[in-house]
Amino acid sequence: MIELEGLTKRYGDKLAVDHLTFQVRPGMITGFLGPNGAGKSTTMRMMLDLDNPTAGSVRIDGKHYRDLQEPLKYIGALLDAKNMHGGRSAYHNLLCLAQSNRIPASRVAEVLDTVGLTAVAKKKSKGFSLGMGQRLGIAYALLGDPEILMFDEPVNGLDPEGIHWIRNLMKSLAAQGRTVFVSSHLMSEMALTADHLIVIGQGKLLADTSMAGFIRENSRSYVRVRTPQPEQFKDAASAAGLSVSLREDGSFEIEGADMAEPVGELAAQHRVTLHQLSPQQASLEEAFMQMTAQAVEYHAHNLNDPGAAAAAAQADPPLAQNAPPAPGQQGQGPQWGKGD
Amino acid sequence: MAAPSAVLKSEWTKVRTVSSTMWTLAAALVLTAAVGALLSGVMNATYDDLSRAEQLTFDPTLVSFFGMMLGQLAMVVFGVLVVSTEYSSGMIRTSLAAVPQRAAFYVSKVVVATLLALVVGLLTSFVTFFVGQALLGDHSASITDDNVLRAVIGAGLYMTVITMFSMGVAAMLRSTVLSLGLLMAFFFLISSILAGVPATRDVARYLPDQAGSAVMQVVPGALDSDKLPYGPWGGFGIMCAWAAAALIGGYAVLKKRDA
Ligand SMILES: Nc1ncnc2c1ncn2[C@@H]1O[C@H](COP(=O)(O)OP(=O)(O)OP(=O)(O)O)[C@@H](O)[C@H]1O
Ligand SMILES: [Mg+2]
Repeated sequence: MIELEGLTKRYGDKLAVDHLTFQVRPGMITGFLGPNGAGKSTTMRMMLDLDNPTAGSVRIDGKHYRDLQEPLKYIGALLDAKNMHGGRSAYHNLLCLAQSNRIPASRVAEVLDTVGLTAVAKKKSKGFSLGMGQRLGIAYALLGDPEILMFDEPVNGLDPEGIHWIRNLMKSLAAQGRTVFVSSHLMSEMALTADHLIVIGQGKLLADTSMAGFIRENSRSYVRVRTPQPEQFKDAASAAGLSVSLREDGSFEIEGADMAEPVGELAAQHRVTLHQLSPQQASLEEAFMQMTAQAVEYHAHNLNDPGAAAAAAQADPPLAQNAPPAPGQQGQGPQWGKGD
Repeated sequence: MAAPSAVLKSEWTKVRTVSSTMWTLAAALVLTAAVGALLSGVMNATYDDLSRAEQLTFDPTLVSFFGMMLGQLAMVVFGVLVVSTEYSSGMIRTSLAAVPQRAAFYVSKVVVATLLALVVGLLTSFVTFFVGQALLGDHSASITDDNVLRAVIGAGLYMTVITMFSMGVAAMLRSTVLSLGLLMAFFFLISSILAGVPATRDVARYLPDQAGSAVMQVVPGALDSDKLPYGPWGGFGIMCAWAAAALIGGYAVLKKRDA
C-alpha cells in the first residue's frame, strides 16, 4: 500500500505535481495515466525519495521510504531503462544492487532469466537496445521479490511480444496479491491491464476510479444515421420514443448499443431513405483526451489552423464530474474528481 | 538502515567491475614511476650542471617523485569517475533507491575508493622510489636515511588524498566533464602558475597539491627552493583539510539536491 498525501513538487514557478492525494492498493494493477509532462515520473521519483517534495508526503506501508530496511525487498521500481552504468555488465549492475540489500547473488541469475537476458548477462549494458534496457530495469525491480512494484512506462521500447510479456507479468504479480503501480500515457494500454485508474493532468488529480467504472461512464455506444430526409426521420424517431440528437455535420446520433436494427426497420416503415446506418463506440482514448484536454501542456498545433489548439483548450469540460476546476478555484486540493 | 558491510560490499563490486578503475590506477602507477625514473636519470647525468646551492639541498627522494605531476592526474580521473559516472549514467537513482540513506551510500563509496587509492598509492610510491634511486646512482638516498621512509609513505598518502579531494569535487559538481575540466586545469596549470608567480606564491603554498607535496620532501628547502611556512605533516594536514571540505560539500549537495 502506497499513500500519497498532498504531494507537491515545484520547479521554479512551475507546479509539476500539485497536491496529489491518493492510495495505491495491493492485489491489483493501478494505472497512472497522464499526458506528456503531466508529472507522472516526478511523482514516482518522489515516491522513491529521490526527489524532495515541496510539500506533502509519501508512505510505503506506513513508513517513509528512507526508513525502510533494505528497500528493494519492499518496493521494486523501474524508472528509466537508462538508469544503469553502461560500462558494467548486466550481471554486475544487478549484483552490486543486490549486495547492498543483502539479496543473494543467485537471485540475480534468476531475475535475468525471468526477463530473458541470461544470454547477454555478461555484456556491457551500454550496448543494449531500448527494449533490453527496459528488461534489465524490470529485472532490477524484481530483484528483492518485493510486495510493491512500480513501473514508469514499462512498454516503452518493447516489441509486441515484449508488451504481451510485461502485461502478463504485471497481471500475475497483482494476482499474487502484490501492489502494482504502472504509468502510461496510453489509455488503450491501461484498459487492457489496469484494474484501477488514476489520471493526472498538469500535476493535478483528474480521476481516481476503478477501470470498470471509468469504462461504464465513458464508453458511449450509439448509432449514426445519415439521411436526405432529416425532418421525416426525426419525426418518426421521436414518435417511436427514441432519443435522437442532431450533429453539426447534419447526421443523427441515437443512443444505445444495439440500435442499428430497430432504427433501420423504423426507417423502412416510414419509407425514409438512409445513406448511412452505422453502430459507433466512443473510445476510451477519446474520453481520456477530453478529460485531459485542458490539462495538456504540449499541444501539437495544426499547421493550417493555429487556432485549433486554443479552441480545444477552451472547449466546455465534457465530463462534468471529472473536469478540472476553473482557474480561480485552483489550489483547493484534489477532493474533486473521485468518482468511482 | 541498510547494513554498512552490505553497502561497502556493493560499492566494492561497483569499483571493481568497471574497466576505468583498472586503467586509471595502472596509469597512475606507470606515469608516476616512469616519469620519475626519466627525470631521476636526467638529474643524475646533469648533476654537475646544478648550482652549488642546488647541490647542497639536493633531495633524491623528492626528485624520484617528480612524476607525481602527471601521475596525480590519473588519480584525479579515478576519483572523479567513481562519483560522476553515477550521475552521467543515471545509476544514481537506481543506487539511491536501493540505499536511500545518503550518508551510508556516500561514506561507503568514499571509503572503498579511498582504500583502493591508498593501496595503489603506496605501491606506486615504493616502486617509484626504488626505481628512481637506482637511476640516481651516486646521488641516491636510502630508505633507511632520516625522513626518507616518511616521504615515501607520504607520497602514497598524497595520491590517496588527491583522490578523496576529487571525489568531493565530483560529488559537488555531479558531472564528469565539469569535474575533470576543473580539476585537470587546476592541478596541471593553475596551481603551478600561481606557485610560479612571485605575487601569488605565498597564497599558492596553501593550495592542496602545493601544501601536500611538502610531505614528499626530505631536505627542507629542497633544490634551493623557498623555505615553507609549514613542516611536511603540516603541509599534508592542509591538503587533508581541503579534501575534507570538498567531501563535506559533496555530501551536502547529495543530501539536499534531487537525484
Ligand atoms: N528536474 C526538473 N527541473 C525542472 N522541471 C522539471 C524537472 N523534472 C521535470 N520537470 C517538469 O515537470 C513536469 C512534469 O514532468 P514529468 O517528467 O514528471 O512528466 P511525465 O508525466 O512523466 O511525462 P512523460 O509522459 O513525458 O514521461 C514537466 O513539465 C517537466 O518539464
Ligand atoms: Mg515520464
